[in-house]
Amino acid sequence: MIELRNVSKTFTLHNQGSAVIEVISDVSFAVAPGECVALTGASGAGKSTLMRMIYGNYLTRAGEIRIGDLDIVQAEPRDVIKLRRDVLGYVSQFLRVVPRVPTLDVVAEPLRASGVPADEAQDRAKALLTQLNIPERLWPLSPTTFSGGEQQRVNIARGFAHTYPAMLLDEPTASLDAANREVVLSLIEDAKARGAAIIGIFHDEAARTRVCDREIDVGRFTHGLAA
Amino acid sequence: MTEYNFAYLDEQTKRMIRRAILKGLAIPGYQVPFASREMPMPYGWGTGGVQVSAAVLTPEDTFKVIDQGADDTTNAVSIRSFFQRTAGVATTTSTSDATVIQTRHRIPEEPLHEGQILVYQVPIPEPLRFLEPRESETRKMHSLEEYGLMHVKLYEDISRHGHIATSYAYPVKVEGRYVMDPSPIPKFDNPKLGDMAAIQLFGAGREQRIYALPPYTKVVSLDFEDHPFEASKADHPCGMCGATDSYLDEVIIDDAGGRMFVCSDTDYCEARQAAGHMGKDNGGKDAA
Amino acid sequence: MTPLLSVQGITKRYGAHIGCADVSFDLYPGEVMGIVGESGSGKSTLLNCMAGHLAPDAGQVVFDTRTDGPRDTITMSEPERRMLGRTDWAFVHQHARDGLRMGVSASGNVGERLMAVGERHYGDIRDKATDWLGRVEIDASRVDDRPTTFSGGMQQRLQIARNLVTGPRLVFMDEPTGGLDVSVQARLLDLLRGLVRDMELSAIIVTHDLAVVRLLADRLMVMKSGRVVEAGLTDQVLDDPQHAYSQLLVSSVLQV
Repeated sequence: MIELRNVSKTFTLHNQGSAVIEVISDVSFAVAPGECVALTGASGAGKSTLMRMIYGNYLTRAGEIRIGDLDIVQAEPRDVIKLRRDVLGYVSQFLRVVPRVPTLDVVAEPLRASGVPADEAQDRAKALLTQLNIPERLWPLSPTTFSGGEQQRVNIARGFAHTYPAMLLDEPTASLDAANREVVLSLIEDAKARGAAIIGIFHDEAARTRVCDREIDVGRFTHGLAA
Repeated sequence: MTEYNFAYLDEQTKRMIRRAILKGLAIPGYQVPFASREMPMPYGWGTGGVQVSAAVLTPEDTFKVIDQGADDTTNAVSIRSFFQRTAGVATTTSTSDATVIQTRHRIPEEPLHEGQILVYQVPIPEPLRFLEPRESETRKMHSLEEYGLMHVKLYEDISRHGHIATSYAYPVKVEGRYVMDPSPIPKFDNPKLGDMAAIQLFGAGREQRIYALPPYTKVVSLDFEDHPFEASKADHPCGMCGATDSYLDEVIIDDAGGRMFVCSDTDYCEARQAAGHMGKDNGGKDAA
Repeated sequence: MTPLLSVQGITKRYGAHIGCADVSFDLYPGEVMGIVGESGSGKSTLLNCMAGHLAPDAGQVVFDTRTDGPRDTITMSEPERRMLGRTDWAFVHQHARDGLRMGVSASGNVGERLMAVGERHYGDIRDKATDWLGRVEIDASRVDDRPTTFSGGMQQRLQIARNLVTGPRLVFMDEPTGGLDVSVQARLLDLLRGLVRDMELSAIIVTHDLAVVRLLADRLMVMKSGRVVEAGLTDQVLDDPQHAYSQLLVSSVLQV
């Protein structure tokens, strides 16, 4: 479902003496449907960078990143947009929303975008928010004013609202208490069970062991490059 | 006769104005620019109408002038005497006897016949002016038939007053093409604009525009499906002649709020009285 | 799939000075594209060329019309282009007073576009106008008020209602949130986002505010000195800018 072939990435900092920073090179691996793969490596090894490249958020300098039939490295923006709407989900560490939009709508939005009727999208959003222990009185409020943990849970609810066949998870259990961590892990297990291909970054070792089938050490693609 | 050229204007100017009139007749409702001259009267006193009259008058014509329907107001009297003096034409107050009638704010009650010319004095020829002040833009709107804005004015009327409150200078569409300002006639007169046997010419002196309606032209007052055009008038018979079909002026007759309604068309009213029709304020039995 | 708008080689010079040069891109139905750049970068010139307000010196602006398929709007007759401007296109000005009739009531402002395309039933026009004012969160009690009595944010929302009432497919926006309070901006952005999604609008938004494009635009073009220096997915251009100028632009934004 997700396949990387000889993928490399450099940053050129034009305004800092045109410094060229090589981040990772020659990455190749594949993730099958129903499989969850963990990216590991020291901080700064390029885990998040690789994740962002797979999402199309960072440009890939060389190689191929196939998600389903689409090579995201060569794809037109509109194909990437379509892919993100229907196929590829991403739960980042940070919640980025329009101020003033109620939490319920924030969570329902990915479903609305993929054409699910408003009622159905809201029902699904309510179920997820309930599952993640976001009190109902907060649903009509914008999550911008919530605590870090609450924002993270809203973000997860939003990320799992639509049943994407491919998912990227960046520290999904960070800053969660035991109960909510358990909910997130079960959401991941459910996603695997329905056949989603998942790539995740987990600092939480127990969580990683529980949901991940394999680990890929990103450090080995950096070839001792300066981080 | 006098030291003036016939009808005051020189022949070149009259020719220029006639060309504008002919163009206007050829494109009913279209505003033709013309080089308006200084006239020996201030703008707003009918300089456009006077120039059009000067261009169409011939020595054989019989001339009538009305102001708000009356032959005897200052404006009417002075324009009539102007042409008496500068053109030496016969004048009359009789609608049917006149061959050229210059008017401000009315169309005579008596239907006009073929061979007559009705000349309107126009203060602002551009019906779109109040909503779109840019001349370049209004010209474009006319040329592209973009008349949505005209209905905005009527829309505003209804939303503010519950009905179309525009009671004079009520916009019309000519032959399904140009939207035209009929000059500040009451909307009661609007139905007379269409299918008229006489030629209608409109002159705006300050704005330098002439437009025209040839005989038997189709003229439709703009409206909404659910707020159709109505040619309204005061709901009274004339106090003098008892007429129920004419446009009325309200006249205050004492300090106690007493009032009467009389025909604004003095010739029409007098003709009816001469024929024996008397209204309730005139000892008549036609009183309603 | 046919692009809704295909812009090819648009160039506009002001004497020796370049307004914009050789700009090309395709916009597909439902896409929102942002154009960013500093003042004088040519983004507004480009927008005005595309919207038919300025005649470019070279290039094509091909729009997929409902009746005749793709047509170059630069060479199309003026009546046709103006008709597009009243039906399938909309233009939201930075200053609401440039896009509103300040002497006409709110509902009259919204109704004008309906009347311009031939609607002649007062009740229907008023109902539609009132409905649209509601959609942009203007209370029904204000429908007969003139925009002069509205706040800046309300005027801008009124302008949006006036533009969208005829169900256009393409909206041009010139700094739609410029000059508004930050809190008012957020509300407007949220509103625009909802409308774009619900009406499946395509939009081109010119702004110098990167936060606006991050929230509204799927794609982004960065302009400098009349030329497009970088284009791509909005989040990609903002998070991993490639061109020196884009990097400068992104790094110049104060973080709060």
